[in-house]
Amino acid sequence: MLKYANPTAFLELTAKLLPWLALASALVLAIGLTGAFLAPPDYQQGDTIRIMYLHVPAAWLSMFVYLVMTSAALGTLVWRHPLADVAQKAAAPLGAGFTLICLTTGSLWGRPEWGTYWVWDARLTSELVLFLIYLGLIALWRTIEEPGRAARAAAILTLVGVVNIPIIKYSVDWWNTLHQPASVFRLGGPTIAFSMLWPLLVSALGFTLLFLTLHLMAMRNEILRRRLRRMSLRIAAAEQPRARSPGFEIVR
Amino acid sequence: MYAASKALFVRELRVAGRIGGGAATGVLFFFTLVTLTPFAIGPDLPLLARIGPAVLWIAALLATLLGLDRLFQSDEEDGSLDLMLLADAPLEWIVLVKCLAHWTLSCLPLVAAAPLFGAMLGLAPGALAGVTISLLIGTPALTFLGAIGAALTATLRRGGLLSAVLILPLCVPVLIFGVASAQAFGGAPGGLATPLLVSIAFSLAAGVGAPLAASAALRHLRE
Repeated sequence: MLKYANPTAFLELTAKLLPWLALASALVLAIGLTGAFLAPPDYQQGDTIRIMYLHVPAAWLSMFVYLVMTSAALGTLVWRHPLADVAQKAAAPLGAGFTLICLTTGSLWGRPEWGTYWVWDARLTSELVLFLIYLGLIALWRTIEEPGRAARAAAILTLVGVVNIPIIKYSVDWWNTLHQPASVFRLGGPTIAFSMLWPLLVSALGFTLLFLTLHLMAMRNEILRRRLRRMSLRIAAAEQPRARSPGFEIVR
Repeated sequence: MYAASKALFVRELRVAGRIGGGAATGVLFFFTLVTLTPFAIGPDLPLLARIGPAVLWIAALLATLLGLDRLFQSDEEDGSLDLMLLADAPLEWIVLVKCLAHWTLSCLPLVAAAPLFGAMLGLAPGALAGVTISLLIGTPALTFLGAIGAALTATLRRGGLLSAVLILPLCVPVLIFGVASAQAFGGAPGGLATPLLVSIAFSLAAGVGAPLAASAALRHLRE
């Protein structure tokens, strides 16, 4: 871990790793999606069941990305790991993206199955609140200019969020059972046939690999962006040497 | 520590009083929001009575969170925050006392005004008592959660809106159980004990957790 705390070492390692990761995610996703189209249609839902092969992995990643951000937040606050805040910043838009995919595909699936694009179902609602939390974190990152400060603020908010998300989930479930007693048809029964299960698992693995690839790429971009920022600050400082030390002017 | 807490509490009240209209403006904002609702929905009293608890809760939520943006900002600007960081009393305790003072000043008047505004929305006596009690036990949690947002945005120029965006999603559980306990008082099915006890639990847990998070934010952002 500590060896790759050096951003240059990290850049070198990821430059070697990224093509392989990208290739692996493309292959696994291709297998998973082919399997999704070869899998038998559901006896009740017909072909709309195929949305599940995108929807469920996206839902799984919307939560997995938050866990990645939580461990990065601990890295920022506890160990002051220099790459942790980069990892945290790069993960937030990806998490928001996967949450949006999950919400959109769910809504498209809901139209033929529930007869409406949106219901205030417990799962949908907690996913929506998670989406709002992601957007809030991105807004916080963009508002605080100095990267170190922004990282610490976002880390604290991420940790506050991780305590709250289970509470929100539980409250929304309770609220939902109070307001609309289980009337909504749920995905799948107690078991899922193997012909449907394997494409789902492969697709989930493919999405996870895709996230890792995109995350490493976003981290590289962020490191380069920070270097550019430092360089432009240095150039700006070099251009105005007098403005930096007004005290000496008076003495002279 | 007791003397310091008391001095801080009195100072907060005094500062808010001298700035002028802190508490009164909060109640006025609350009142304005409640007044606007019939214009949006129509003067249908049975409908207003049905959604009344929810309207009062949303109005209280907005009034509480929007009033919080200056909780740490003014201390940051005039340097008192540095003194608080250097004080013998732990920062967490100071944040807790500040939150309690803020709650006394801005939320207690809302709770006191809630029966009047609820009656204007046509709430039945049982529902009126329910809303008032649920606000009394629920608003501390809102103040504590809002303090986290206020601490995170203390050093920003326009932190108020950002703070609300960050904290409002976290207020979902408080809102759910607050409105549920208000409705349970009005005779809604589902029992009274669960929402009431969970609301109290949220306020107590937020009172422990939020000062920790808020003071961590204040410390880290000063570095």
